[in-house]
Amino acid sequence: MQTTGKVIGIISNLVTVKVDGPVAQNEICYIELGGVRLMAEVIKVTGDIASVQVYESTRGLQPGCHVVFEGYMLEVSLGPGLLSSNFDGLQNNLATMNGVFLTRGEYTKPLDEEKLWDYTPIATVGQKVEAADWLGEVKEGWLPHKIMVPFSMEGEYTVNTVVPAGQYKINDTIAVLTDANGEDHNITMVQRWPVKVAIGGYVEKPRPFKVMETGVRIIDTLNPIAEGGTGFIPGPFGCGKTVLQHALAEQADADVIIMAACGERANEVVEIFTEFPELRDRRTGRSLMERTTIICNTSNMPVAAREASVYTAMTIGEYYRAMGMKVLLLADSTSRWAQALREMSNRLEELPGQDGFPVDLSAIISSFYSRAGIVKLRNGAYGSITFIGTVSPAGGNLKEPVTESTKKAARCFYALSQNRADKKRYPAVGPVDSYSKYLEYPEIEEFLDEKIEKGWVEKVTRTKYIIRKGKDAYEQINILGDDGVPIAYHEQYWKSELIDFVILQQDAFDAIDASTPLERQKFMLDLLLDICEKEFNFDNFEQCMTFFKNLINLCRQMNYSEFKSEAFNNYLAELKKEIEHE
Amino acid sequence: MSKKAFQRIYTQLTAITKATVTLEAEGVSNDELAVVNGRLAQVVKIKDKNITLQVFGGTEDIPTNAEVVFYGEPPTLNVSDELAGRFFNAYGEPIDGGPAVEGEKRQIGGPSVNPYRRRQPSELIPTGIAGIDLNNTLVSGQKIPFFADPDQPYNQVMSMVALRADVDKIILGGMGLTNDDYLFFRNQFESAGALHKIISFVNTTDQPPVERLLIPDMALTAAEYFAVDKNEKVLVLLTDMTLYADALSIVSNRMDQIPSKDSMPGSLYSDLAKIYEKAVQLPDGGSITIIAVTTLNDGDITHAIPDNTGYITEGQLFLRADPDSGKVIIDPFRSLSRLKQLVQNKKTREDHSAVMNTSVRLYADAANAKTKLENGFDLSDYDLRCLNYAKEYATRLLAIDVNIPINEMLDTAWELFAKYFSKAETGLKEALIKKYWKE
Repeated sequence: MQTTGKVIGIISNLVTVKVDGPVAQNEICYIELGGVRLMAEVIKVTGDIASVQVYESTRGLQPGCHVVFEGYMLEVSLGPGLLSSNFDGLQNNLATMNGVFLTRGEYTKPLDEEKLWDYTPIATVGQKVEAADWLGEVKEGWLPHKIMVPFSMEGEYTVNTVVPAGQYKINDTIAVLTDANGEDHNITMVQRWPVKVAIGGYVEKPRPFKVMETGVRIIDTLNPIAEGGTGFIPGPFGCGKTVLQHALAEQADADVIIMAACGERANEVVEIFTEFPELRDRRTGRSLMERTTIICNTSNMPVAAREASVYTAMTIGEYYRAMGMKVLLLADSTSRWAQALREMSNRLEELPGQDGFPVDLSAIISSFYSRAGIVKLRNGAYGSITFIGTVSPAGGNLKEPVTESTKKAARCFYALSQNRADKKRYPAVGPVDSYSKYLEYPEIEEFLDEKIEKGWVEKVTRTKYIIRKGKDAYEQINILGDDGVPIAYHEQYWKSELIDFVILQQDAFDAIDASTPLERQKFMLDLLLDICEKEFNFDNFEQCMTFFKNLINLCRQMNYSEFKSEAFNNYLAELKKEIEHE
Repeated sequence: MSKKAFQRIYTQLTAITKATVTLEAEGVSNDELAVVNGRLAQVVKIKDKNITLQVFGGTEDIPTNAEVVFYGEPPTLNVSDELAGRFFNAYGEPIDGGPAVEGEKRQIGGPSVNPYRRRQPSELIPTGIAGIDLNNTLVSGQKIPFFADPDQPYNQVMSMVALRADVDKIILGGMGLTNDDYLFFRNQFESAGALHKIISFVNTTDQPPVERLLIPDMALTAAEYFAVDKNEKVLVLLTDMTLYADALSIVSNRMDQIPSKDSMPGSLYSDLAKIYEKAVQLPDGGSITIIAVTTLNDGDITHAIPDNTGYITEGQLFLRADPDSGKVIIDPFRSLSRLKQLVQNKKTREDHSAVMNTSVRLYADAANAKTKLENGFDLSDYDLRCLNYAKEYATRLLAIDVNIPINEMLDTAWELFAKYFSKAETGLKEALIKKYWKE
């Protein structure tokens, strides 16, 4: 029998309910209010009182309202049609909702149940299968979407019947599996899974051993992110977090992009809605939207669903990973999620941790990041989720709980610097503070040796050294004055400026400069390192400055030109002449 | 507000704080309005029969046997075309001596627009101020605050921007306005002959601070009427959002909530976002643009109010006095319009973004030169040229008293580049230099 209850208390979206039966932590319930049903989740139980967070506005709610508990946790539907969809944090399809405004209590089906998909079976009758094994395939856009044995099915099954290739709807039975007791199970193309539980079904989760190309030089060249790796981008507002995230979404070498807009601006999501269908995938020439799912819980949407949105996004990511795909998951911003936790913890009158955040914040963040990773599937294929979250530290101060907790969980750190943003040096990733732990992985070093050239990591290290030396020289010049330091200091400083302007800075709004393939990144780095290794004999610092400014200008013109085009080669020739001349 | 039949009346308060009262009552719903001893109040907490009300007018001299009347609904505003040209208080009652507005009764603080139904903002709002149009171009459907110290002329700049903007309605939400500033706005609007398209909701400093909490929702409910129902372009001015946030902290403090940074409530981000996110470009042509004011303490943007605001709004316009030119300028370093690339080079000339970036970068070089000068170092020829450039750039482009069309701003910038720098020093694309460089 279903447990029911009555509302007895309300503070904002925290509602207390007196229940008449068993309830589970995180169980979903619906509060009935004048014909609408408001979805809520149990977050605390004391005796027969359950505290629930309501995923909607609680305006008009009264003590005595009837509550029905559903017996399951927050779940999502997994099946063909997830890509190119726009969901809210609870996986309601935003496109099929009525009206301009979001209506309270209106829940829409996540997937189109009428659409016919071209289905091809993979499994054969008599085959032994387990959860997550591939039974068949449909083409979702250009991606082979695998229909799998539902993750919730335990043990081994025998394929009893399979349907022939043809057109089916997601709720049609495409296979019948028989379990050890001889019982039959009908399998459709759609399954449900609770978002707060990680999807398993893989053999092992090795250390990341490949680099994911992003086209963003300051990431690929200096601090590469691994496929299946984790990274985070903290930064004060106005430092270009969003532009950088969009660049990653557009350019990264991934099969599936999942963007969780968590508590951020609605217009930024609109930008994705508007631009992604127009943008072309570099490898396939198809619309970017075809491989993108957007989970959108903007800052004015109900706070409780904000927390759900990142889990919904991760679960969809894990689903595609189980098909052997490369998934890039971007969450903007994880701080808003943490703030949602804080608001709730505050209303529950829990003893607060640092800055009022719940004490288990660090544990929640690290267990979430640990759901990313590259996995080896039972059939030997690999799938991955690369996760990059942004953090919005209060006051731009990185010594705050969300940044600190995330630093412990993520392996790449792309610190956006206010100073660089003020100087319009975009992307404003600080070259000295940022790091990629993956550069220390022998697997990754080996991969780069093969992919780019032997000894590449050493080159990267050398580049970073030049940048650091340049910074030191700059400080000395500032303290002692232009004439107070040897000219060599100026040379050191300007060499780092050369790298800064040509490699680190990148124009995200320029058609050519926005994305740089690895080959071109290598070419430019080699060129600059050659220059940086030369010793010049300048008569005075102004000559040094003029010389390097000229080089910077030429290199930037190269960045704006098609790689190895005539214009590019002309600038290169001019550059070489300048250097010889000196 | 008048009493109606069948209202529930109670006369026994069990607790009183500076901003809230608690009583036992039944059948009360969340967010419902009530009148406590003649003052408007709203339900903020329900625990069994114990109802806590936030009293907007403050609780001074409210006795424990005060009469409490519940209205059975949240705060509402009557919306119709009659709103135009009128002045209201925080409760939506006329303060201009005119009659009450007839119209459809709407709950304020209503639901959000489905993000999927929004359109991408793409219409330029020219202001004539180069610090805005050239460097931080505004777009309709945008939300952007002025960040300013209390001594900056932010209300003047805001009214100037509002009156120059090509919009159908201007809605002023004044929170904690001094009476002088209130009259200033009124005079400005009247003398510009724009009263017919202006609607004002005003809470002045002599009125209770908690009342302010209603102002943004009132203003935005009116805005949504004109933007959604009438497909009009609406500009909403909110000043001063810092005082709004202060009122939030007063209420949360009285409700014994654990404060987060700077004694602000933990929900400050969501509270502010609910207001600012009402800015929208609608599919049928209507739009709501929000220009707000957030006053700072001595330029400190790390305080919780400007900090949370910055994460919500689409940029900020930073006002500061520039000692070199003696003018109030829009600081090019700390100001930002996040939506500018939606119109720059598209609705404006092709060289717009390049000119903007270069002029700001050279201004940054001037700032470095200035630091050198202050530290007593010799300046290079380049440094000196930068400094001269900066002064002219600030006077002719950044100052808030500039009023010229955008192409003239661009031409002025090219003129300054040629006057002070070589082509290579600007680092501009050759194609642009060929076309626009002023020999």
